[in-house]
Amino acid sequence: MESKLHLDFSLVEQARAHASKVADDTQRFIDRHTTVSVERTVCRLMGIDGVNQVEVPMPNVVVGHLTDKGALPQGVAFWLGNAMLETGKTPQEIAEAVSAGELDLTALPAHTDREIEEAAAPVVRAAMDRITARRQCREDFIREHGDKQGPWLYLIVATGNIYEDITQATAAARQGADVIAVIRTTGQSLLDYVPYGATTEGFGGTYATQENFRLMRAAMDKVGEELGRYIRVCNYCSGLCMPEIAAMGAFEGLDVMLNDALYGILFRDINMQRTLIDQNFSRAINAFAGVVINTGEDNYLTTADAVEEAHTVLASQLLNEQFALRAGLPKSQMGLGHAFEIDPSVENGFLYELAQAEMAREVFPEAPLKYMPPTKFMTGNIFRGQVQDALFNIVTILTNQKIHLLGMMTEAIHTPFLSDRFLSIQNAQYIFTTMKDLGSEITFKQGGIMEQRASDVLRKATELLAQIERLGIFETLERGIFADISRPRDGGKGLEGVYQKAPGYRNPFLEPMKRGGLDV
Amino acid sequence: MSSGLYQIRDQELDTTLDLTHLRPYGDTMNDAKVQLSFTLPVKNNDKGAAAAVQLAQKMGIADPNVALRQTLDETFTFYVVYGATTHSVNYNEIEVLTVEDKAMGMEETDQYIRDHIGRKITVVGASTGTDAHTVGIDAIMNRKGFAGHYGLERYEMINAFNLGSQVPNEEFLRIAVEHNADVLLVSQTVTQKDIHIKNMTELVELAEAEDLREKMIVCCGGARVTHALAKELGFDAGFGAGTYADDVATFCVKELARRMGTA
Repeated sequence: MESKLHLDFSLVEQARAHASKVADDTQRFIDRHTTVSVERTVCRLMGIDGVNQVEVPMPNVVVGHLTDKGALPQGVAFWLGNAMLETGKTPQEIAEAVSAGELDLTALPAHTDREIEEAAAPVVRAAMDRITARRQCREDFIREHGDKQGPWLYLIVATGNIYEDITQATAAARQGADVIAVIRTTGQSLLDYVPYGATTEGFGGTYATQENFRLMRAAMDKVGEELGRYIRVCNYCSGLCMPEIAAMGAFEGLDVMLNDALYGILFRDINMQRTLIDQNFSRAINAFAGVVINTGEDNYLTTADAVEEAHTVLASQLLNEQFALRAGLPKSQMGLGHAFEIDPSVENGFLYELAQAEMAREVFPEAPLKYMPPTKFMTGNIFRGQVQDALFNIVTILTNQKIHLLGMMTEAIHTPFLSDRFLSIQNAQYIFTTMKDLGSEITFKQGGIMEQRASDVLRKATELLAQIERLGIFETLERGIFADISRPRDGGKGLEGVYQKAPGYRNPFLEPMKRGGLDV
Repeated sequence: MSSGLYQIRDQELDTTLDLTHLRPYGDTMNDAKVQLSFTLPVKNNDKGAAAAVQLAQKMGIADPNVALRQTLDETFTFYVVYGATTHSVNYNEIEVLTVEDKAMGMEETDQYIRDHIGRKITVVGASTGTDAHTVGIDAIMNRKGFAGHYGLERYEMINAFNLGSQVPNEEFLRIAVEHNADVLLVSQTVTQKDIHIKNMTELVELAEAEDLREKMIVCCGGARVTHALAKELGFDAGFGAGTYADDVATFCVKELARRMGTA
């Protein structure tokens, strides 16, 4: 592909090489550690679900038990496999016995690694098969009905009540939405457990629970059949339970997951060690389940300045790409994020937006890029807001962005009305239709403003990545290089849930998922 | 041709501005024209449109014109309605609470602190409760500020501590005491089900219980916050949409000086 911006691809490769070294360096740390959420995820994948009498999820019961005994560093798979051999019970029955105080997993005689592995093998395979079958459902539907060409229209529902969300999502799908994201309730990212069952209460969003996932997926399958179009469902694989939510989504056929390597550290003050370990397993699960991840670089621009800090977006995209590759996630599942957030009063601001979006497209040609609408400069002037969203829509169609989060003219006022979504979809469809091939009709002036802009951003991103390579990811985050936010290595939430792996530690899912299956 | 043919305006309309009977202005004084839009959970048909007209009439619009009726989903229809309201208000009788101080620039505020307070002041801010949004507190506090208005961190005479988001009220007060704060700033972005009101009320109650309320200037801000609401909830001031760090800083330093008797 010829670069419309005459990008210096040797510089792109240099930037990528820096990011690769950062990821390798970080991966060595990740490989030596596990977390309570990684272990709870292994519980879930081995078939443990439900809550006890006081609403504590069973995976938390089992992991809490092992933590109390100082036995988590061996990994739950070791203890569960051993208990399966010794008691003949299923993992769920074992969890229930632990919850009832009838079973101490660490008091059972220990079997050999090989015996344990064999005992656990059928439940491991069952989980892998279940996820494969769910992925197959999606692929069959798409094979039968075809997939959406051009940008996917991504819409948000956020009522707090899963049943109300379904009403709104169904209406949005009928109006043309391709991806429905159920916003999570405020505060869920900081819960160190995943709530259970269907929920009807939430603030600014709805709890991410496995049952809510199942309900929304079923509703979108229904309306998708009616429309002859596959409607993707999106949720948030972020916060303190990243890998658990990935596992729940993999079981229930979610298609898209917000899943950033650094977002929780920067924007939720989650401990960096915790997040870096958690993101790796969550992405391995997403990779295996065929889930498209969305990264959160757009958030940088809501705190930092979109003109001055554009290069941090590119640098972070390159890091997210390298971290994702190390979790086995193919480029076709990397919805790297960016956003239309330049102050509308900046002269030629639209040219910068267009240059940056085109640059992202050219640097990541295979990635289904996730493009976020203006939010920071949406003011309550809904009429100007509709114009800002129109400009944003133009950038998407000109530069072939894939996952297009529709802007709402009532951004900054309230969660969208049903009619706001309609007007937004109409706006996007009008522009996507009337300008469909404009992008392939135009070239940008050599040496012009846009070429210069992309070149500047690329150069600064490369310099930044070289610096990050020297510092390492931990010190980079401590220095506040991303989004002007500085985080201490041992600060933030969730550090107490990080453990160094003991010799003989096992996670029977991680490597097969990265490879793409047990038999690959 | 008689000029009357082109006269589409109501001949009876008195076009003199009367503030005791204030009405909306469309394109002529006192024409009372408004636009509104809403969705009804019914099919898009004549009956639905008649329902939209009746609803508008009940809202006090005498002659509603349904300019658009648009199907959103099988049983949801969107209406855009224009008309003239039959209501008016007496502008002269209205009293509102607003922050009176005229905003000073950053340097002017710094100088005011030197002259009237004589030491650096300490401001602690956060997005409190479960609210995960930092956009509001960042706009006021981050060095860069917002829309060309520098944030409090940039002020020479202000020690600014931005605690970020999801800070519980108890922790917020504890840290404020630790820093010996002169001013507390609370940002609330999420307002669904009035969660911001509950959260802000809790803060004031906690501060009163711990005997801190009178020792600090406590302000709140957010898109849905008004000065009147803030006063009602027991805050010293509230800053809504269209206010910046300058407005917040000016109020706080002047209020502090007023309390010290050095204004």
